[in-house]
Amino acid sequence: MHGLINRAVQAFVISTYGDKRWGEIMDDSELGFSEFEAMLVYPEDQSSRMLRALERNLQRPLAEILEDVGTFLVSNPQVEALRRLLRFGGVNYVEFLHSLDDLPDRARLAVSDLHLPGLELIEQAPGQFDLLCQPGVQGYAQVMTGVLRAMADDYGALVILDQSGTRDGADVISITLIESEFAEGRAFDLGAHSL
Amino acid sequence: MMTFDDLAALASQVCPMHVMIDAEGTVTSHGPTLLKLCDGDDWKGKSFFDVLDLQRPRWVKTISDLLETAGCKLHFQLREAPHTRMKGVLVPLPDGQGAFINLSFGISVLDAVRDFNLTSQDFSPTDLTIEMLYLVEAKSAAMEASRQLNLRLQGAKIAAEEQAFTDTLTGLKNRRAMDHVLNRLISGGRDFALMHVDLDFFKSVNDTFGHAAGDTVLQRVAAIMVDCTRKFDTVARIGGDEFVLVFEGLMDRNRLQDLARRLITRLEEPIMYGVDECRISASAGTTLSTELASPDPAALLHQADVALYAAKRAGRAQHMFYAPGLEAEMVEHDTKSA
Repeated sequence: MHGLINRAVQAFVISTYGDKRWGEIMDDSELGFSEFEAMLVYPEDQSSRMLRALERNLQRPLAEILEDVGTFLVSNPQVEALRRLLRFGGVNYVEFLHSLDDLPDRARLAVSDLHLPGLELIEQAPGQFDLLCQPGVQGYAQVMTGVLRAMADDYGALVILDQSGTRDGADVISITLIESEFAEGRAFDLGAHSL
Repeated sequence: MMTFDDLAALASQVCPMHVMIDAEGTVTSHGPTLLKLCDGDDWKGKSFFDVLDLQRPRWVKTISDLLETAGCKLHFQLREAPHTRMKGVLVPLPDGQGAFINLSFGISVLDAVRDFNLTSQDFSPTDLTIEMLYLVEAKSAAMEASRQLNLRLQGAKIAAEEQAFTDTLTGLKNRRAMDHVLNRLISGGRDFALMHVDLDFFKSVNDTFGHAAGDTVLQRVAAIMVDCTRKFDTVARIGGDEFVLVFEGLMDRNRLQDLARRLITRLEEPIMYGVDECRISASAGTTLSTELASPDPAALLHQADVALYAAKRAGRAQHMFYAPGLEAEMVEHDTKSA
């Protein structure tokens, strides 16, 4: 799995539970190193061992932890860059949802060896969407659920998210948009970033 | 028939950074994004050249020159701070009614977005500016992550070099490795012989033929030493032309003497460096770990050194074993020669 993904989990654990916890998890994983490098690619089984150790250590279901990882990725100031990149997707939440189809291509544009599984947004009815997450990265749909939830807050939209099973091998997240301008979202300034 | 207002409205959707001027060069209308550039002081009614300074092509001095540029790439700069640079293209309107000029920030878009607080609504949906800004941010973030990785790898490389056990020139073990081997043998209670070899005439090779020749000689010396010893013996280069050989379990003085003789003979064979013939020799001193009741690396190295010194004094190309009297002789000799 790409180092960026492993590194995201690492950043989440360290920021939420502290360095010591991360140290325990990596010791338990028996990978022989204590930190993932964002720009290297790791074999699948190393990521799986880390995730299993993570689940054991935190004593919470992995799906739940991964959803928190997704939320962390968007809402934590440490990883502001990612939130900004996602906000380029559109000026409101619906536009953002539609931009998800392009997300794997956008990710590859930024980091050429980062291959994210495909995403497909299907509009079932106005305000009612299904997001199909293709298989390929363990826990992808869970992380995406966290991301979608946090991005809704970011745009100030009120949504209900539900992981509603699988369709043709893809995990389905159903998204119900209750109100697109429920609250004041976080500001997004195109040029705020010092380049 | 399309009216002027229809055209302005259409253009504002498709080209939010357009300007229309009349035949005298007065701005008659412009796209909404440009409003953000003029800081409340609308360009409408102003002379086009009072707002924008045309920098290229240089031959354009007047409005009628400008109207001649149809289709060419134009370079402008805002007259007011922050003097943002822009690119443009002009199309004359029919019947001498003036011209339509479309502007773009070009590469200065990154600064412009910040300076004028632009948002995605300020660009046409088909404009690739937003994608470009995305790409710049994405690449900057990825580059920063790569830069951090490079810094860490650089640090790790330096640390690894410091911890290295290999002499990079010859591929032999280095002094650190030798210390490590001696400590391991001693703490494991193993017997071993320690031979200190010093090259003779190496300095003159360096002085006569240069350092590259010296390096070639050292590499050849290393190959000969490896060739003359067993696979599990340790051959280390511990200084410029100083070597230490450690023979685990080889305590037979006759065999060690033979080995040293053979080694010195081989080292005396001429070594070719291009057309030059480099000739060196070597002296060697050996001690056995059994010389000391409780062996200690520093003490053994000292004994081997004393033996080497005695060998050199006995004439070059000699090999000597350490003997307890040698230190006294050495002192005596030094006193005599002093």
